[in-house]
Amino acid sequence: MIAVIFSFIKQAIIQGIPLLFGSTGEIITEKSGNMNLGVPGIMYIGGIAGIMGSYFYEKSGAVMNPVLGILIPLLCSFAASVLMALIFCFLTVTLRANQNVTGLALTTFGVGVGNFFGGSLTTLVGAEGTISVVTSGLYFKATLPFASKLGIFGDTFLSFGFLAYLAIIIALVAQWFMNHTRAGLSLRAVGESPATADAAGINVTKTKYLATCLGGGVAGLGGLYFIMDYIGGTWTNGGFGDRGWLAIALVIFALWKPASSILGSILFGGLYILYLYIPGLSRSSQEIFKMLPYIVTIAVLIFISIRDRRENQPPESLGLSYFREER
Amino acid sequence: MSNTTTKVREPLIRMSKRASIIWWKAWLIRAAAIILALVFCAVIIVLMTGQNPFAVYGSLIAGNFGSARKVMITLHKTAILLCIALGVTPAFKMKFWNIGAEGQVLMGALASAACMIYLGNVLPTALLMPVTLICAMAAAVIWSIIPALCKAKWNTNETLFTLMLNYVAIQLVSYAITFWENPSGSNSVGVINPNTQGGWMPLLFGQKYLLNIVIVAALTIFMYIYLKYSKHGYEIAVVGESQNTARYIGIEVKKVIIRTLAFTGCIMGLIGMMLVCGTDHTISVDTAGGQGFTAIVVSWLAKFNPIFMSLTSFLIIFMQRGASEIATTFRLNESVADVLTGIILFFIIGCEFFINYKVSFRHAHEEGK
Repeated sequence: MIAVIFSFIKQAIIQGIPLLFGSTGEIITEKSGNMNLGVPGIMYIGGIAGIMGSYFYEKSGAVMNPVLGILIPLLCSFAASVLMALIFCFLTVTLRANQNVTGLALTTFGVGVGNFFGGSLTTLVGAEGTISVVTSGLYFKATLPFASKLGIFGDTFLSFGFLAYLAIIIALVAQWFMNHTRAGLSLRAVGESPATADAAGINVTKTKYLATCLGGGVAGLGGLYFIMDYIGGTWTNGGFGDRGWLAIALVIFALWKPASSILGSILFGGLYILYLYIPGLSRSSQEIFKMLPYIVTIAVLIFISIRDRRENQPPESLGLSYFREER
Repeated sequence: MSNTTTKVREPLIRMSKRASIIWWKAWLIRAAAIILALVFCAVIIVLMTGQNPFAVYGSLIAGNFGSARKVMITLHKTAILLCIALGVTPAFKMKFWNIGAEGQVLMGALASAACMIYLGNVLPTALLMPVTLICAMAAAVIWSIIPALCKAKWNTNETLFTLMLNYVAIQLVSYAITFWENPSGSNSVGVINPNTQGGWMPLLFGQKYLLNIVIVAALTIFMYIYLKYSKHGYEIAVVGESQNTARYIGIEVKKVIIRTLAFTGCIMGLIGMMLVCGTDHTISVDTAGGQGFTAIVVSWLAKFNPIFMSLTSFLIIFMQRGASEIATTFRLNESVADVLTGIILFFIIGCEFFINYKVSFRHAHEEGK
């Protein structure tokens, strides 16, 4: 029984990590007043860019170097995700387009690009089969050497690839940055009231661009983790599923606090796979159990809106474009 | 402050809000954006496939109008997308972000399928059709009105609420499929009542898709009148512009929100029935075809005008079907359609800026000072 519980916790963490990357990225973005509904698309892009980087590296015939084997996909994934966030920024901040519409278009585009290259890359370069980079996948799965010697504790908490720990570190750093630095204060000011921030001499446009691009980059790493570590370096079309949307929902669950989203994402990860751990479920009741993460999100949404506490509210100007002359 | 410092500080490009723009100029800008987007898409396809661009445009057109059947499918897909867009528009105009159209259509589809399976061979068609329609609408209305109630009462975030309901609806359909699957183990429902055709919507002139298209055309005109000339339409417009103004002139904002979302649900239920009883005669989690998000963009691009919406939804469907044709011809992945749709949307979204704002350069601006 204990073993089952620990294995459940381990799986919950594994499922939670992509959500954590996504929600941390979206929190950073939303704190600047940008509601980026393109995050699900960005996470697909992060995954496909990373695996494509690995694929071309493995295909180049060079002797595989673990450092490069990790750095290349990591940089590809981050850069491509930042580029996607840049499209969002250009359209919403510079061209002042509607953020929801732009975000939805970005998701359509990102999921399309992911599945398109995932399904067609091998045809385009004249090879057969699906993209598979097992060697690079192993680099991402590499754990601490002593993790396996620490029994059930090591297996449950120390047996993950480095990206899992990176996700937690990024979330903690983001929390500290937003609440304890001058730049973090400026970021929050822009999200709450860009006009006030502007009057105080903060460059609103620059802050929005930086936060959204950085947030996009972080979110994209969630896709990378999913493809390279969890799946182990093979692309399946649509395999990432709706995790991007859950990540956005987590932002509200975590009340715009990255540190809370660590626990939140593990909880959601657990809900995501709970049906596998409840004995004696028929196929039909499994389908009902798969609703859990969404039902819980809805319950949380309603609960937060009923409580309506000031410190739990989204950034005041979330979703609105800022135009200095429009005051 | 001296004159020189002002000059140094003046930026190269200056943006100012336009007071208004002549309608043909606005449409010229939009047309230019669409043409630019089409050229850009062609360049990308040519880079990937190495074909000459005219062959690519050729397969775009062939994919949509290659045969009589293809024309009908294109029109039908346009009609369905248009209808979903019509459904989200009233709420959207009120700034209620219903991105749960997918789930609402699925619920309508689920109820329709249930009626076909359990009542299809019991009730006569004349009675069955209205019963199915009411059930489908009721199911979809439940899905659209719960977020509206929460929004009206507690100001719950409707964007995420409706989005999450999509996935709940998908799971409900998966749940139902485990009971209805035919043949068993296939995890799909198969054609319902293939022999008796119980619950199937009647054919119009022997055409499978025609009835749906006619229904949507009628609905489009109705929606145009509803939004532009009815009292409800006026109330929706006022609530969308300013809730405070609405309250001031005595509009009950909460009532308008709930009523409008109930109306949305009715349309979504109708779509579910048209898809299940009209064309598919089966149900799966893909029945709604993932058009919920696209419909939002279609509605927004057309500035909530139902007549323009038929153009924007045709444009999107044209690109999607053309892209699928290209994908089949060049053995590429179907998702190329989403990529192209995304690119076109970026261009059209971006071009709105040039309609709303005027861009002037430094020297052009000087004489005005």
